[in-house]
Amino acid sequence: MPLIKLTQKGAEAIAQSWTFMSLENMDETPPEGLGVTMPLAHYLDDSVQPIGTNSVGVRLAPDDDASLLEPHLESLQLIEITFPKYVDGRGFSQAQLLRRRYGYTGEIRAVGQVLRDEIDKMVRCGFDAFELSDDVNAPADVVIKEASRYANVYQPAANGATPIFGLRHARSRARSTAQ
Amino acid sequence: MYRYDEFDQGFVRDRVAQFRDQVSRRLSGELDEAHFKPLRLQNGVYLQLHAYMLRVAIPYGQLSSVQLRTLADIADKYDKGYGHFTTRQNIQYNWIALKDIPDVLEQLATVEMHAIQTSGNCIRNVTSDQFAGAAADEIEDPRPWCEILRQWSMVHPEFAALPRKFKIAVTAAEHDRAAVRVHDIGLHMKKNAAGEIGFEVIVGGGLGRTPYIGVTIKDWVSQAELLDYLEAIMRVYNLHGRRDNKYKARIKILVNELTPEEFTRQVEAEYAAQRDHEKIALPQDEIDRIAAYFAPPAFETLPETSAAFEEAKAKDEAFAIWAEMNLQPHKVPGYTSVTISLKPLGIAPGDATSDQMRVMADIAKAYSFDDIRVTHIQNLVLAHVKLDDLYNVFLALDDAGLGAANVDHGSDLICCPGLDYCNLANARSIPVAMDIQNMLAPRDKELGKLHINISGCINACGHHHVGHIGILGVDKKGEEFYQITFGGRADEKATIGDIAGPGLKQEDVTPALARVVDRYMALRKSPDDAFIDVLEREGHDPFKEALYAAD
Repeated sequence: MPLIKLTQKGAEAIAQSWTFMSLENMDETPPEGLGVTMPLAHYLDDSVQPIGTNSVGVRLAPDDDASLLEPHLESLQLIEITFPKYVDGRGFSQAQLLRRRYGYTGEIRAVGQVLRDEIDKMVRCGFDAFELSDDVNAPADVVIKEASRYANVYQPAANGATPIFGLRHARSRARSTAQ
Repeated sequence: MYRYDEFDQGFVRDRVAQFRDQVSRRLSGELDEAHFKPLRLQNGVYLQLHAYMLRVAIPYGQLSSVQLRTLADIADKYDKGYGHFTTRQNIQYNWIALKDIPDVLEQLATVEMHAIQTSGNCIRNVTSDQFAGAAADEIEDPRPWCEILRQWSMVHPEFAALPRKFKIAVTAAEHDRAAVRVHDIGLHMKKNAAGEIGFEVIVGGGLGRTPYIGVTIKDWVSQAELLDYLEAIMRVYNLHGRRDNKYKARIKILVNELTPEEFTRQVEAEYAAQRDHEKIALPQDEIDRIAAYFAPPAFETLPETSAAFEEAKAKDEAFAIWAEMNLQPHKVPGYTSVTISLKPLGIAPGDATSDQMRVMADIAKAYSFDDIRVTHIQNLVLAHVKLDDLYNVFLALDDAGLGAANVDHGSDLICCPGLDYCNLANARSIPVAMDIQNMLAPRDKELGKLHINISGCINACGHHHVGHIGILGVDKKGEEFYQITFGGRADEKATIGDIAGPGLKQEDVTPALARVVDRYMALRKSPDDAFIDVLEREGHDPFKEALYAAD
């Protein structure tokens, strides 16, 4: 599964440097050098300490309450948002909340059924990394292409693009200032 | 009406390019049907019994003559020379090839149209009062807000994969012609105590297999707050609506499982949690810019009455009857709104041929300030016609087979495509509708207003729950039966009809309804005593008795 991350210049394939520890395999020692993501409930449970010195991230399930992460966002480098089915859009709201409402600046990675045709919306909701389930040639190029499907969009969203109504009136304000 | 600027134009072009790429990946086999399905649905493409179907958006039912003519051209070039107007004020083409659809969408884009989100689990075409901007009883033209909602909902990134479809309707008149209480969200424009116009927010109405009348969750939301309040509703629904069972996935189920009070509390909490930087806070500049497109056309100053109109009625009885049935009071003296019935005998309700579309386009251009509306009753409206011109309009319509005089009467029924086209249907609905129309048409004038709605399955596309008489096709062990409901209505007194009793065989439906309307005639006190009023006053029993009174 290609793992693609958005960059300043566009997008690039990156190596997998995280591993998911589910509740069942939490007792195991994670491979050295890999960061560990874990379920939200586990992450929030103070009695549970990860083993070793691995970096820690969170993997959200669709019915997790993303707002519970607000106090922890500064210490998190990675939040994975799961799409068990590509038609389940709860992850879009989770990403919007984390990125837009709470100002999270680390990586938000889409995992699960992550299809190229959803990328334009995911980028706008604040995702910046994609574990693509599509087997595509040149996945970084595909991500760049999908992320730039629409030159302009109607709604403000987490990626901060100025919506069309803002562009319209920025233009008319610029005109009236020039006069 | 609204016109695209370069941003709107660029947006629909980008959409066409995206879908063209998706279709080509489907045709090459790179995308399988399962993965293609949600993509095609959000571009209005269904896979029906016999072919692909394309549903083109007609935002809040508003069309210009150029647009209607383009719809006619598409019907000729890519379909069988006709189109079907729907209860969401859209148009459907039933015989269209997948490979052609990107070209059709590109042609639509040239006249500022699209098929975006006419299907799928997303916010669908926003609907409204077909007489918006013309009706004597509205407090303000609701169309600017419909257009604002159209733009806000277009490929909204967060609400693109909702639990289920989502329908919004807006009305600004006390008499609700937009059925706002049977929508996922209904917005009723009204004034607060200070006289400012805002929105009553009604949530959780809907038909389908579990019909509900919507509940008011907020008496009044200001124009400045509307979009952010809607975002709060949508987010609560997106996160908490059921996804385990598609028949329980509409917002009406969430509202009722949580209770309306708890749902409202969650929406209020989400709204309160929005931070300043998250607010859409649509600039007043933009509201004004959009509203300016809906400025009234250059109406002439005319007397209330027209001698030419009165004369024509006196000499042509067919015209007089049509004028009695098909006109709606207009806010400007000397004008009226004309409903063109797409329910003549022998035609599937809501169908129009390409030639008829061109005739209506020409008439609208000549006589109605180029303004055409599609109604959720599946008719078309010429919004602004001078009384002086009515006879010419009628003659031209009648010449094209569009002179049926039956608006809001029994033969002006709503009907879904049914088993003749739809792969969800359990029963045919069009032949049943035609048979009932044949029985009722000669009696329409005598019987007065009567809404009959027919659905070919429990998904209720024909809105049977809110017909004064509703008819639902069901399949029982391979045989088609028709269940009758009484007392539904979709207006400001919205009510779900009650099932009268056991289903009827197809051949028994029309005779049974004939007995029902006979019973109504026997019970009414005057010609103004309408069917629904008698039903509500006398109760359903006399009508049930008539329904099942066959020897």
